[in-house]
Order: sequence, then C-alpha cells, then structure tokens
Amino acid sequence: MEALRVLIVDDEEELVTALVERLNLRGYQAHGVTAGEEALTFLGTHPCDVVLLDVKMPGLGGLEVIEEIKSRWPTLEVVLLTGHGSARDVEDGMALGAFDFLTKPVKIEDVMRVFDSAGSTDPSR
Amino acid sequence: MLDLIPESPVPPGGAPLTEGDTLNSKSRYRRMFWAGVLSISVLALAPLGIMTWVNYQEYKGAFEEEQTRPLIRFVAIGKQSVEDFLEARTAALGYVSLARTHVALGDPAILAGILRDLQGSFGGFIDLSLIEANGTQVAYAGPLELEGEDYSDFPWFQEVKRTGTVVSEVFLGLRYSPHFIIAVYREDPPGPGYVFRATIDTEYFNRLVRTLLHQPGGDVFLIDEGGILQTTPLSAGGVLERAPIPPLPVSAQTETVSVQGADGVPRELVYASIAGSPFTLVMLGGDPDSGAGWAALRRNLLIFFGLSAVMILAVVIWGSNWAVKRAREADRVRASAYHRMEYQNKMAALGRLSAGVAHEVNNPVAIISQNAGLMKDLLVMSDTPPSEERQLELLDSIIKSAERCGGITHRLLGFAKHMHVRTETIDLGELLEEVLGFLEKEAGYRDVRIEFDFPQEPAAIESDRGQLQQVFLNIINNAFAAVEDGGEIRLGITRTDAGDFSVWVQDNGVGIPEEHLKRIFDPFFSTKKGAGTGLGLSITYGMVQKLGGDVSVRSREGVGTRFVVTLPGNPKEAQEP
Repeated sequence: MEALRVLIVDDEEELVTALVERLNLRGYQAHGVTAGEEALTFLGTHPCDVVLLDVKMPGLGGLEVIEEIKSRWPTLEVVLLTGHGSARDVEDGMALGAFDFLTKPVKIEDVMRVFDSAGSTDPSR
Repeated sequence: MLDLIPESPVPPGGAPLTEGDTLNSKSRYRRMFWAGVLSISVLALAPLGIMTWVNYQEYKGAFEEEQTRPLIRFVAIGKQSVEDFLEARTAALGYVSLARTHVALGDPAILAGILRDLQGSFGGFIDLSLIEANGTQVAYAGPLELEGEDYSDFPWFQEVKRTGTVVSEVFLGLRYSPHFIIAVYREDPPGPGYVFRATIDTEYFNRLVRTLLHQPGGDVFLIDEGGILQTTPLSAGGVLERAPIPPLPVSAQTETVSVQGADGVPRELVYASIAGSPFTLVMLGGDPDSGAGWAALRRNLLIFFGLSAVMILAVVIWGSNWAVKRAREADRVRASAYHRMEYQNKMAALGRLSAGVAHEVNNPVAIISQNAGLMKDLLVMSDTPPSEERQLELLDSIIKSAERCGGITHRLLGFAKHMHVRTETIDLGELLEEVLGFLEKEAGYRDVRIEFDFPQEPAAIESDRGQLQQVFLNIINNAFAAVEDGGEIRLGITRTDAGDFSVWVQDNGVGIPEEHLKRIFDPFFSTKKGAGTGLGLSITYGMVQKLGGDVSVRSREGVGTRFVVTLPGNPKEAQEP
C-alpha cells in the first residue's frame, strides 16, 4: 500500500516541523508549509491525498484556502485544524466541504485516524 | 484623514453611568437637604404668610371701620346739635334786635327783662349789651359792670359790622374768664347802626359737647380755626390751650383721619366744622385695643400662623430628610449597580478576549505537545537516538512555547484582577502596548494594520491600571469591530498645553452616523444588534470621568472614527472616588 501523501498547513512553523517529522516516522509521506498561499502553490505541483489546514492564519486564511482547494481539486480531502474550535469557523469550513476537524493540541493518533479515514474515501486510491 | 473627520456635533449627551465625583460626599447631601428645606419652606410659607397678612389687614380694616362708623355718626349728630344751639341763639338775638327799637334796647331795665326771658327760654345766656357803631357799650344787662366799655378795637366788633352776624372764638375778654359771644349788627337809618351782643356760658357749651361722647377712652371737644381748644377735653389740656392734635383743614363734611395718640396708640379722629362759627367739632375714638375682640383675633391669627409655620417646617424638614435619605440610598444602589456593570463589562471583554486567547494558548501548547511527542518518537521509534543537538533544539522549542503560554495567561490575569481603583504611576505607552498585545493575533489574522506612534518621552500619569486597560481595550475593540479586514488602526499619545495627556485611537472603519454620535455614550445604546450590551462606551465614559479625564469622539461615515481620551497629567486632578 502506497504511503498517504499529506500536507500540513499552519503558520506555527515549529508545529508544522514536528508534525511532519512524526507523521513521516509513522509511514506517511508528509510535507509542511506555513502559509495558505504556499499551500496552494505546493498543491499545484505536488498531488496530495489529505491536507491538514489551520483555520486562522495571517494572509490567506484557512477558509479561503479550502474554498480554493475545493474548486481546483474537488476530491482532495481537507481536515481543519483550529485553535479553539470556534463553532462558526468549523461550521463554515465543514460547509465548504472539509472532511473533518481537529482541535489543537492534537494527539498524533487522532491525526492519523482522521487521515486514514479521509484517505480511504479517495476513489483514486 | 484627520481633517476629514468633523467635530462631534453634540457633546456626549445622556447620563452616562458614572458613579459621579461626589457620590459619597456628605456636604452634597447636606446641600441637597438645605436646598429642599429652603425651597419648599418658601413655597409653603409664602402663601400662608400672604394669607395671614391679608386676613390681618382685612380684620384690622373691619375693626377700624367698626370704630369709625359710630364716630362719624356721632360727629354728624354733634355738629347738628352745636349748629342748632348757635343758630337758635343767633336767631333769638336777631329777633329781639328787630322786635325792639334801638332806643328800647338802650334801656337797662328793658334789656334786663329780655335777658331774663332769653335765659328762661334758651339758656346759656350770661349777659346782653347794646354797643353803638363807634364801639361804646351804652347799655348792659348781666352780672358785671361793663357799661361805657369801648369795643371798637375788638376783632369780633370789626367783623360783625362787616358781616352782620358773628359767633366769636372763646376768649378771655375784659372779664378774664373764657367765654364767647354772639353779636348781630343792625342798621338804624338815618343814624348810625348798633350792635346787639350776648355772651354765652362756655360751661353750658362744654356740657353740651360732652354729651356727645360715646366711646370709652375717647374724647370730644371743639377747636377754633387755629387749633386752640374751645372746650375742655377729657384727656389733657384746658380751654384756650393748643389741642393735642395736628392742624385740621376746615370741612363742612365729616372727615376721618388716623392720629397718633398721646400714648402712642393710633386712633381714629373724626371732625367737622360748625357752620357759621369758627368752631370745629373733634371726636377721638377710643383705644382700638380696648376692643378685646380685635386683640383676641389678632392673637389668634398670629397663633394660627405660628402653629402652621411650625407644622409646615416640621413636615418639610422630615420630608427633605426622607428624600435625601432615599437619594442617598438610590445613589448607593446605583453605585453598586454601576460597579456590577463595570465588572460585567470587564468579564464580557475578558470573555471576548479569551476566545482569541484560547487559540493563542493552544498554539504553543500544540507545539509543546508535538515536540515532546516527537522527542519520544525519536527515542522510541528511531533506530538511532536523536543527537544531543536535536534534543536541545526540541527542548528549547518546548521551553519557548511554555513561556509563550505563561505570557498569555499572565496578561489575562493582569487584566482580570484589581477591580477597585488603585492609583499608581503608569506609563501610558507601555499600557497601550500591553492592551495591543491582546489584539495582536486578531490583527494578524484579519490583516488589520496597527500603527502606534510610541511616544519619545515617557507619558507617565498617576492613575488606575486596571481601569485604563479596560478603557483602551473597549475603545480599541470598537475600532477592530469598525474596520474591515485589511483596515488600519492608528494610535498616539500627545501632550496638551495644560500638561494633560491625550490618547487618540483612530480607525478607517465604517464610521458612526451623526444621529448615533449623539447617543454613543448613553447606557444601553448599541448598534451591534444582539452582539453588544450597549454598556461598553458608557462604562468607558464613566471610568474616564472617574479618573478625572474626558472622552470625545469624532466620526464620519465611510471615513472613520477618532476617539480621544484626555487624562490629567497632574495626579492631583484625578478624583478619588
């Protein structure tokens, strides 16, 4: 079975680095970026299976990014990452087609569980 | 941009929820009490006083009239009696002078007979005499020996020759006892005329006048045109002395004047001149106080006024005291309600902040969690243990993130504590940095540019940190709510000429409509439908006032809003609550 390709998007660089390394250790093919714009650029050249997306970011926010992703790669699953799980943001994100959401601080097991179920829905796999 | 925002057209109106500067001041309540007592007393006592005075005057007028009316009647009657007395005797003399010839009248025996007849039928006659036109008395009947006397120089003699009839004043004359005379002049052509004269008994006259007296303590007498007594008054003085009353003009009608009696008590004086004589009949009323009714009524009036005034004053003092007590109680309730609201506003602000802060805290917590997890992963899952350098790097990141958490929680705690005013030296620049710290992240997420001209000189004031934090948090929060994402908020501190500090916060947001600007500091005024309590700016206004400062606002729709908070640079100006 091929490794799940995941992209971690969060403005906290240290969080991104740690998550990427931990996921790689667990057999994922993880990559990280620290801004919404960067994520869209990356996705344009690197196909992914799941994106873990922080909702609140300076510049292009999570909700704008998910909107763009869903219009350009409709089958790409997006999991939202929120600091507070502010109901409004999560609702909006889910309405825009997010697969699920996780609240910081997250357990690596939860991330893996959600990624795996998101990955298993991908018809291309 | 500054110039585009017009001055607020109306100063902050309404009644901001402020504790007021002198809520607890005893002198304020004392002033309130006395103002109440004075104003209500004047309002209540003035009509009572006016009513009492009017009543007093009316009763007094009625009593005086009651005194005067009978006087007028008696004077009218008396005048008639005296005139009748004089007329009867003048007519008798006239009749005799016509009925008898000049020659017959010159006969002493006939003259004595006439005297007897007159005394018998009229009374009051003392003597009779016939005086020739040259003034020589040629015949006399009476008790004295006056034959041959010359009257040519006597005033009454001159007058009777001119007027035909005369009633003289009382005078001493040749007999050196008070008397008056009635004389008639008769032409006797072809020879010279003659004067027929009678002397009238003043005692008889006195008795007549005294019978007119009717009021106890009153007096009655006759005076001549010069104010000389013609009869003996009861009170003081004697015949031919000056009467103890002011000069009276001649009047055929009865006249009334008020005079000061010898005892200083005002009395009514009624007088009328006696026709065909130099006499004026004068009647003095009795002592008005002798009328016990008036004195009693006056006393009752005064007692009524006094008792009413005392009762009114008592009620007014009690009422004022009660009202002030109620005002004090209401102030207390208001102050505590205000405190509660201030606290709630703070908690609401805190709630709003903590939503953002939770996100902010969770970021470093997530980093700690993931870095610690990674460290464990590297130790457990990796074949080769992580290098010391790698471990330190991860630990540093954990420590840094933990410190970030600490900073955030401290800031929150710093905001939540001290609800009571505590004055300390505060650098406004640092305080604003602190407040902006809460909003930094939100500004980042929303791309709101915050420009703070940090002052070159430290802007140190004596004030309360917690309250100032709340004030600026409220105002800057409002600015955040007003601007679109990507908007701009500018802040600065300027020193006024008076040495105060003005902190201005300006945004390029939606602005406030003019009609809202007037009510912006009113309690419960909110345009954030459902989202605000409407207390934020009202409490802000109250707090700034309490700290001795002032808030003003300028705004233009679509251009932006500028709040200016002026705080006293001189610590003494800050008012302790």
